[in-house]
Amino acid sequence: MIGKWRLAYPAGVADDLFKALADPTRRTILDELVEKSGQTLFEICSRLSMKHRLGISRQAVSQHLAVLEAAGLVVSRREGRYKFHDLDTGPLRLITERWPLPDTSAPEESTP
Amino acid sequence: MKIHLTSVFVDDQAKALHFYTEILGFVKKYDVPVGGNDRWLTVVSADEPGGTELLLEPAGHPAVKPYRDALVADGIPVAQFAVDDVRAEFERLSGLGVRFTQDPLEMGPVTTAVLDDTCGNLIQIATQPQ
Repeated sequence: MIGKWRLAYPAGVADDLFKALADPTRRTILDELVEKSGQTLFEICSRLSMKHRLGISRQAVSQHLAVLEAAGLVVSRREGRYKFHDLDTGPLRLITERWPLPDTSAPEESTP
Repeated sequence: MKIHLTSVFVDDQAKALHFYTEILGFVKKYDVPVGGNDRWLTVVSADEPGGTELLLEPAGHPAVKPYRDALVADGIPVAQFAVDDVRAEFERLSGLGVRFTQDPLEMGPVTTAVLDDTCGNLIQIATQPQ
């Protein structure tokens, strides 16, 4: 089991993921996408400024989204003339595969 | 000084007149031929005939397309219209087939939504605190 995550994910993927998660604004963007996936850049900016009172430029939000996309946490999707941003929490699996959570739901079966 | 007239570029003035009057509910104020197929075409709010006019301006200038394409891609509206109830308008307009790029969103005292005017623009509707 040790080192399994290394096979599944190249080191760069982990670096991108942890870098993306390290910033509070980017975590807030993820929070907002949990509430509703499929947002335009304009909606994300509106939520950050109006809901969270973050004084942040549209260019800065674009850059944050680029970092989140590089980590695979956000996927942008073209739909006609519009562009929407969707959340993908899949890459977070890397964390628990690397550092497994204690199994609290069901005790492990002991097969003799 | 006061805002008397503002404009949105529209792909097709006839289609725009239909959308802005029949769908959104504005009223036509001026419709004057100005050369070629272009018209000086304005609408006003139904309950404010003497209020600010919105000019539905032909989108023929070459700068318009890249400008609007970039705004639409990022979901940025070109104008904001006030409504009594954003959610009610969202339901009504969705029922008429209007496409929203942002569903009603409550942000503190303000509720907004963003729709496609079918003429090349995104429009924000908003309910302001009374």
